[in-house]
Amino acid sequence: MFEATAQNRRNLKVEGLLRLLFLWMTCMLILPVALILGVLIVRGGPAISWEFLFTQPMNNMTAGGILPALVGTVWLVVVALIASVPVGVAAALYLSEYAPDNRLTRAINLAIINLAGVPSIVHALFGLGAFVIFFRFGTSILAASLTLAVMTLPVVIVATRESLQTVPLAFREACWNMGATRWQTIRKIVLPNSISGILTGVILEVSRTSGETAPIMFTGAAFFLPFLPQGVLDQTMAMSLHLFVISTQVPDVPEHMPFGVALVLISMVLAMNGISIAFRVYLRGRKKW
Amino acid sequence: MSVAEPATPGAVDASAAILIEKLNLWYGDFQALLDVDLRVRAGAITSLIGPSGCGKTTLLRSVNRINERLGYVRTTGSIRLWGLDVLDPSVEVAQLRKQVGMVFQRPNPLPLSVRDNVLFGTRVHLPDGRPPNRVEGDRIVEEALRQVLLWDELKDSLDRRGTELSLEQQQKLCIARLLPVKPRLLLMDEPCSALDPAGTEAVEELIWKLRGDYTILIVTHNMAQARRASEECVFMLLGEIIEHSDTASMFLNPANDQTAAYIEGRYG
Repeated sequence: MFEATAQNRRNLKVEGLLRLLFLWMTCMLILPVALILGVLIVRGGPAISWEFLFTQPMNNMTAGGILPALVGTVWLVVVALIASVPVGVAAALYLSEYAPDNRLTRAINLAIINLAGVPSIVHALFGLGAFVIFFRFGTSILAASLTLAVMTLPVVIVATRESLQTVPLAFREACWNMGATRWQTIRKIVLPNSISGILTGVILEVSRTSGETAPIMFTGAAFFLPFLPQGVLDQTMAMSLHLFVISTQVPDVPEHMPFGVALVLISMVLAMNGISIAFRVYLRGRKKW
Repeated sequence: MSVAEPATPGAVDASAAILIEKLNLWYGDFQALLDVDLRVRAGAITSLIGPSGCGKTTLLRSVNRINERLGYVRTTGSIRLWGLDVLDPSVEVAQLRKQVGMVFQRPNPLPLSVRDNVLFGTRVHLPDGRPPNRVEGDRIVEEALRQVLLWDELKDSLDRRGTELSLEQQQKLCIARLLPVKPRLLLMDEPCSALDPAGTEAVEELIWKLRGDYTILIVTHNMAQARRASEECVFMLLGEIIEHSDTASMFLNPANDQTAAYIEGRYG
């Protein structure tokens, strides 16, 4: 009575085929990542040296290093973070802990979703109009970073809000019922239990920000500027734009150089992601409730 | 009549801790409480029984105004605690909730140490956010844990997280953390429903022990529990109070047919 029928066997066959198909699709997903990394390491690896990382570009960017671009990207990212994290976290706290479910809140949520969907080149034009021209910051690190900040704000808000929502409502109710205000509840219970998640979100944002090109092209990144920036009102070179420039705009660049720049850029991003993953593992390892 | 000025507690009706008159409550268009009148005797344990959805939890949650968090709730009538109307606009909810502690269905200790759980309420209500000193804090923790019969079990593990304790210990801790701010009324929403029989018995014993020092209003689904662990009993049905009498006579001799049917388990 337990023997397989013809129908069972047909089901099993379909099952096996689909399983293989899905496995294949999943492998296809890994393929581009592996290929990109492989090509970059093989072709860009020889370019990497202390000299490459820590000297100025020379001979019309066909020789020398990438120091100003490297330092410039760090400047851009740090200033963008300083601008976007307080705003993003505050907005997420409001939306998650204070906001009633009304039309205004729904409108804000819609705005956040739409902000996330705006193409980066449009953000660039907005940054040019708003920060460079209207606020008279000129093409500068400040203008470029603020543009990046506006662009990444939705990511910070969504990541922070999700992280706040992982703290069970029961804890909040317990606090409120003892007469704690919303802020006392946030400070003593909600933030301490979601801060690692928020940091994870912020680090992911860093890694995204560091690779953006379009938003900084018109607002603060320079084509060629062999000096280190001295303050936020200076222009600067940046890794992403530098890669674009030496790949397409400058003749006679040795082939290994653009690959080297790309390798450094992607290493920065992966290192950030690595830290973020480590955070998450640490978070999961700590049983909290 | 709403009494805003600080009348001496109990001036209106010396033996009533809670006096509810003509309380109506709507969730949006749905009316959950209809003209509820209720007088809860000070220092006694009063249980609220009735089938699911009859409004007993809503009534309980109206007393410390925790329902208000939902924006679509509308309330009319009056709820007076020791003669003062809690629905009056001049009432500061933080002060109200200091006087009125609440215990939930699922134990919800905070993800802090046992010690910090007990001191949480004290800290919330102090201006600088922490108790005067270590010695004072130790005294408060010991006193509260002794009152809920947890001291001997936990005195050597005050640094354990409250969330790591057994459910019974968690629920007792949730009661203990209310006590340092000296509440006069404890609201309990099915406090034993997440516990095993031994835990239920222990927590019921504790509630019985707290009687007299605190006025206790307890919602329960468990008929046997209402019978064992309360002095007065209120039966609710579809947002109305059907019957209110001392527990013994309600269970022996219910005045109302619907009460009788519910108690006998014919519905619910």
